[in-house]
Amino acid sequence: MLKQIEGSRAVAEAVALSRPEVICAYPISPQTHIVEGLGELVKSGALQPCEFINVESEFAAMSVAIGASAAGARAYTATASQGLLFMAEAVYNASGLGLPIVMTVANRAIGAPINIWNDHSDSMSQRDCGWIQLFAAHNQEALDLHIQAFKLAEELSMPVMVCMDGFILTHAVERVDMPTQAQVDAFLPPYEPRQVLDPAEPVSIGAMVGPEAFMEVRYLAHAKQLMALERIPQIAAEFAERFGRTTGGLVRPYRTEDAETIVVALGSVLGTLKDAVDEMRDTGARIGVLGIHSFRPFPLAAVREALQHAKRIVVLEKSFSVGLGGVVSTDVRLALHRLGQAGYTVVAGLGGRAITKASLTRVLNEAMQDKLEPLTFLDLDWRIVNRQLERERAVRRSGPIAENLLRDLGTVASKVS
Amino acid sequence: MMSPIKFYQTGTFTVGNRLLAPEQRSVQSSTERHNSLNSGHRACQGCGEALGARYAVDAAMRATNGQLIAANATGCLEVFSTPYPETSWQLPWIHSLFGNAAAVGTGIAAAMKVKGKKDVRVIAQGGDGGTTDIGFGCLSGMFERNDDVLYICYDNEAYMNTGVQRSSATPHAARTATTMAVGPEPGATFGQGKKLPLIAMAHEIPYVATATVADLRDLEAKVERAFALRGARYLHVLVPCPLGWGAASHDTIKLARLARETGLFPQFEAEGGEVTSVTQIRHRVPVEEYLRPQKRFAHLFAGAGRPDVVAQIQAEADRNIRRFKLLDEQS
Repeated sequence: MLKQIEGSRAVAEAVALSRPEVICAYPISPQTHIVEGLGELVKSGALQPCEFINVESEFAAMSVAIGASAAGARAYTATASQGLLFMAEAVYNASGLGLPIVMTVANRAIGAPINIWNDHSDSMSQRDCGWIQLFAAHNQEALDLHIQAFKLAEELSMPVMVCMDGFILTHAVERVDMPTQAQVDAFLPPYEPRQVLDPAEPVSIGAMVGPEAFMEVRYLAHAKQLMALERIPQIAAEFAERFGRTTGGLVRPYRTEDAETIVVALGSVLGTLKDAVDEMRDTGARIGVLGIHSFRPFPLAAVREALQHAKRIVVLEKSFSVGLGGVVSTDVRLALHRLGQAGYTVVAGLGGRAITKASLTRVLNEAMQDKLEPLTFLDLDWRIVNRQLERERAVRRSGPIAENLLRDLGTVASKVS
Repeated sequence: MMSPIKFYQTGTFTVGNRLLAPEQRSVQSSTERHNSLNSGHRACQGCGEALGARYAVDAAMRATNGQLIAANATGCLEVFSTPYPETSWQLPWIHSLFGNAAAVGTGIAAAMKVKGKKDVRVIAQGGDGGTTDIGFGCLSGMFERNDDVLYICYDNEAYMNTGVQRSSATPHAARTATTMAVGPEPGATFGQGKKLPLIAMAHEIPYVATATVADLRDLEAKVERAFALRGARYLHVLVPCPLGWGAASHDTIKLARLARETGLFPQFEAEGGEVTSVTQIRHRVPVEEYLRPQKRFAHLFAGAGRPDVVAQIQAEADRNIRRFKLLDEQS
């Protein structure tokens, strides 16, 4: 059924259709509307049987989900930013124990300086935690990925993080096609755990493992992610067959057939990027886009296949490894081993900085002429950066950086040009 | 004239006491006991925690007819019971992290509720570090929501698993690896530390109780009482640690008894935030008798000693006695 609703509400309804049995809720922007929606569905009786638990922290949220999942219940929570970091220890624990929890990450920057707006720093900080990480490009995909995520997680007995851009998707009111309960029930079977806390058949979960078997346990987690590389496209295909639309999968190319330049990106920026590429195509530029929808497992072979005939690759990412450069870029380069293409990293949109079509077109034109720096920060205001560097050279007690920059800027406003 | 025969053991709850009515006998005296924490684990000789956990969990197993699931915090109990690939646990058991046992318990209880398995009950357990320090947030959350979990803290008054460091349950003046017996105020600092049973009571949860391994039938009875109730329940068990306390392994039970008989460890029950029963001190002893056998307090008695510090500790015991009415008026 077509609906015009907020992204968070769409995700809440999709999660509810997936019949979670335990939901842990802790508020943090921009994720909060999702658990608010679920709380209402449980309280009204629309979603039952389900336990909705208002926990006291994100660490508790993931810990309650761990207990519920280990006891055989389908468990769900959602978080963002600082919340994901606060639960980090339990995030690793959930995957280490092989518990198929599904969690939404409404992608948001990490402080300091505190910033509630969107980038991918939070989920990228957990990229090595053993969770499967799927990225939604739009609200329909965010909705669909949650239904796919429960199936994938439970088949493999591995937790899945569905990443969607905070505010840009979570708070955007868009048209979505909401499946029926019967459709979802036919697609997603009830949870059948591989391991369960059951008095009839006692097991010890979470025993200490020393050097004699630790590497093997870790390798098995990797092996499951390799299995996920096969299952993710299959599940997306099955989903497409039942629901009549293609969402999810490992990667999705756009106008890459004869492209000399391919721009790689994740998440909602793919929409802006496709618009920019369409316009550049109209002027004869041979440029295309590759959207990555599964970041963990990272689809090395699919990325290589999609990019191998291009002359140059631009990775546009909302994440930044301080002291190195790109996060996604590093993985993409691994996929392109020995192909000898020119590679560019464009770090963009940190802390919610708008990524405009005009700015994108400008840097992509520079890339196509191979005039772009290997590492570029889109729309970085060098004026205030240099002013701060100068200030720090001049005086020892130069003061708090963020405050200095805001004072230099004068009026505080998000930069939209 | 015939004098009546006195059965010396009548009235004591010694495990092998066959003079007691069957329902009064210890769970451990029964061949039907579950042996939930089985033999072969790696606890030290004289470990109070292993003893306390065996009695508590077996009593819980009896109270729930074996329908029990346990969540365990990181710590000695977890490490000595589950060295891969072995486990001593004869019940479904999960170890997740150091600071989240209460929350994992909440999750299990929620799963049982949603699946309609009302007969399956949940315990969460940990040491004093996992309970009073790193796990305190999750514990308070579990209390406040009144989740249907019995949390058992085995309190040996420091981080023993990592090598005897101070926790917020470490008693004043005790030497630990992070409160060394040096300087003008040796050992753990006065004015610090928290009394978790009282904090638990402040949450006004259905049941809070304290117990020691010197009084094991009392410990069992408190576990039984806890399972007669629903909602968040807290049991705080004093478990001496020969290694961390610097005491002889055969003194574990004696020290636990002295902790109670000095008044340093008040043994009581509370329901809904109100004290409902108190175990009276039978033979009051000065704190010095409790402190002397423990090397963690040796600096209080070396050379000229620190009678001033011993007096401070005695004042704490005296305050407990007044506050919890541990001595009846006549004595």
